[in-house]
Amino acid sequence: MNTLDLSRWQFGITTVFHFIFVPLTIGLALLLAIMQTTAYKNRRDPVKYDKWSRMAIFWRRLFLINFAIGVVTGIVEEFQFGMNWADYSRYVGSVFGAPLAIEALLAFFLESTFLGIWIFGKDRVSARIHLASIWIVSAGTMLSALFILAANAWMQHPVGYKVEGNRAVMTNFWAVMTNSTLIGSFLHVISAAIITTTMLVLGVSAWHLLRSQKAGDKPHPVFVTSAELAMIIGSMAIVATMFFGDNQARIMEQQQPMKMAAAEAIYNTQSGASFSLLTIGDLSGNPIFQIRLPHMLSVLADNNWNGSVQGINQIQAAEVAKYGPGNYEPDLWVTYWSFRIMVGCGIVMFALMAFGLWLMRRRRLARCTWFLRLSVFAVILPFLANSAGWVFTEMGRQPWIVFGLLKTSKAVSHVGTGYVVVTLVGFTAIYSLLAIIDFGLMAKFARFDGDDVDEHDHHEPEPGADRVPALVY
Amino acid sequence: MLISVASATAAYSGLEIFWFIVIAILWSMYFVLEGFDFGVGMLLPILGRDDLDRRVLINTIGPVWDGNEVWLITAGGATFAAFPNWYATLFSGFYLPLFLILVALIFRGVAFEFRAKRAFPAWQAAWDKAIFWGSLIPSLLWGVAFANMLRGVPIGANESYLGSFFNLLNPYALVGGITTLLLFALHGAVFLSLKTTDELHERASRAAKVLAPLATMALLAFLAWTYVNAHHIHDTGLVPPFVPVLAIAAIAAVGWLLREKMEGWAFVATAMAIVGMVATIFLNLFPRVMVSSISKSYDLTIGNAASGPYTLRVMTIVALIFTPLVLLYQGWSYWVFRARVRRPPESGATTAPSSGNSNSPVEGSIH
Repeated sequence: MNTLDLSRWQFGITTVFHFIFVPLTIGLALLLAIMQTTAYKNRRDPVKYDKWSRMAIFWRRLFLINFAIGVVTGIVEEFQFGMNWADYSRYVGSVFGAPLAIEALLAFFLESTFLGIWIFGKDRVSARIHLASIWIVSAGTMLSALFILAANAWMQHPVGYKVEGNRAVMTNFWAVMTNSTLIGSFLHVISAAIITTTMLVLGVSAWHLLRSQKAGDKPHPVFVTSAELAMIIGSMAIVATMFFGDNQARIMEQQQPMKMAAAEAIYNTQSGASFSLLTIGDLSGNPIFQIRLPHMLSVLADNNWNGSVQGINQIQAAEVAKYGPGNYEPDLWVTYWSFRIMVGCGIVMFALMAFGLWLMRRRRLARCTWFLRLSVFAVILPFLANSAGWVFTEMGRQPWIVFGLLKTSKAVSHVGTGYVVVTLVGFTAIYSLLAIIDFGLMAKFARFDGDDVDEHDHHEPEPGADRVPALVY
Repeated sequence: MLISVASATAAYSGLEIFWFIVIAILWSMYFVLEGFDFGVGMLLPILGRDDLDRRVLINTIGPVWDGNEVWLITAGGATFAAFPNWYATLFSGFYLPLFLILVALIFRGVAFEFRAKRAFPAWQAAWDKAIFWGSLIPSLLWGVAFANMLRGVPIGANESYLGSFFNLLNPYALVGGITTLLLFALHGAVFLSLKTTDELHERASRAAKVLAPLATMALLAFLAWTYVNAHHIHDTGLVPPFVPVLAIAAIAAVGWLLREKMEGWAFVATAMAIVGMVATIFLNLFPRVMVSSISKSYDLTIGNAASGPYTLRVMTIVALIFTPLVLLYQGWSYWVFRARVRRPPESGATTAPSSGNSNSPVEGSIH
């Protein structure tokens, strides 16, 4: 492996890992804001106030653990453009650097400062400002997503620039921020982040409901309401994710037809193309076994029963004519399967949430054992879908790093292979360690029961002689 | 000197000069703010005699350290946007030191959040080590990196770094690193003497009084070396003598200010010393951003590293609108947490020093 391959592996590993925590930060900040607002609104109703406050306290523990990892792995993301992708940085800095800088200035300061106020300041600011703080944190997480996705959307579909010498120079910032690719991907990512969070909330709540069922206790209101809230918000988010994903597919067929063809491993242009559900064997046209949905791909890509979907061979020829000789096919195995994992997980989650809503209407949620069990295991699904989605959209753009402008092979730093081995191994080892620690802590705090709430010391809930109420950390 | 400044300035656009100054300010903010929380981290095992002490120390920076670190991300992002070639050469050239800084910041960042999450002592001891090393390593390496940027590193014709990790370890850069390390440790000790009470306060003041002469000597050595280089080796760049002199005067006054119990002014003085050091480096760099030790014609300057006038204009508008806003609310958060952090009484049955009746649901406090 050379510097290029190692750098790609490093970027893939560090970014997928980073994006395990980012969706939870985005989604939990929003859910916590909703919970705290509901508590605040019901402050004169002791029962409701108590329940919603306890919910907020329970979920904030998980939020803070994840936030910390999201922050520290985020710094790596910014640094490694320069460290490993120096030639990319030189080429795109004028366009791509701007949203990154603005993300820090507009979003990260908001998030970090108001999170500090929210965690440490409840005795020092009014209840209203304390409540506003979590909403500002939530807005900060979404602003951050907007700017970083603007940078990514520009890699998928460069707009608002001109090529000047050996680099792209920004000519229209507004065009960069209103990129058609950005709008779809921003809404898709935000709604996916909300699904991720609601699936976690549902899964953890289900575990608690199962436990109280086994013990013969009454289901705890904190977890019943958490599960219900998760399903109401989650099912809306799933519909939104599918809607914006569909919108993205259409944009992709226009802007990056090769990616669409690669998602389907469709070799030749066809009308009324079917959607392949799964393939066993060879993807290149001679499968051993395949399940296909007739006309579905045409509907997805073109919104038309008999719409035309371009094939890999035709696109390859067109891109050779346009960009010169070369291989413009991404890794089909990766794109085909990552796309299926993403969509498949999405469909399963949709079914689960829809059934859960039905149970909820019939007031049988807390008693339906198999549904609760399924929900616990289903916590893995959104993470699989998120990772697969990013792997698909980034690998599907290859060989380009900026579509149609700059190839990945021309983007890497002139850094010795040995150095990249050190950082690749180093980051992988550190991130694995962090993952183990994080999952351990998540499991620990997810097991706390809903009453296990100390008014002052949520960080060290075990009672003890050396308990320090005044200190948060 | 003035003539050379005027001619150097004339060759570059106002926006390029403006962004050079902005980036100098961003790094200054970063070192002044995260400087003290690095200092607190380095002093943690020295000043914290038991776990409660260490929790008090960590809680002095608890609400603000993350916001302080955002100045680094902003400095990095602004460099990327305004001077892509500087960003690319610096980050790919200083590859391993930056990796070490990242590792340090990763462990340090999660340590604050994780250390109180499990009750057994070995867990806390491990995270305390992470906080110590995670604060010490960047404090040293940032000085090494900035000194090298100015001293010159092997940059070739295509703006890329041709040296290895070991080119970065040279006496001048190491003096730079030791200077930032001692400066930040002192800055942290002075911060702690402002933010703690009783015995911890005593210990922090004592540590500051010990560190003050050491940091003064290091800064004097580094700035004198820089000044001599600027006037005898490099013929570009400018270092008006009052900048380093002011920095040294500020840090030399810290010991006296502490003895006179003027802790607030002592903190201002350490902050000024840090700003003076950063300002000296950037003034001496100007109009270069990274010096090539191979040939003058390979230097990166604010001209050949810049990203183009349109981007700089957009960034200027965004920065002019939002930087004051950030300063305002970040300043407000420091105001909210202005109180000293007190070590709670030893007995287990304590309550938080909360404002009024926080147990009443009407207050809306949800902790």
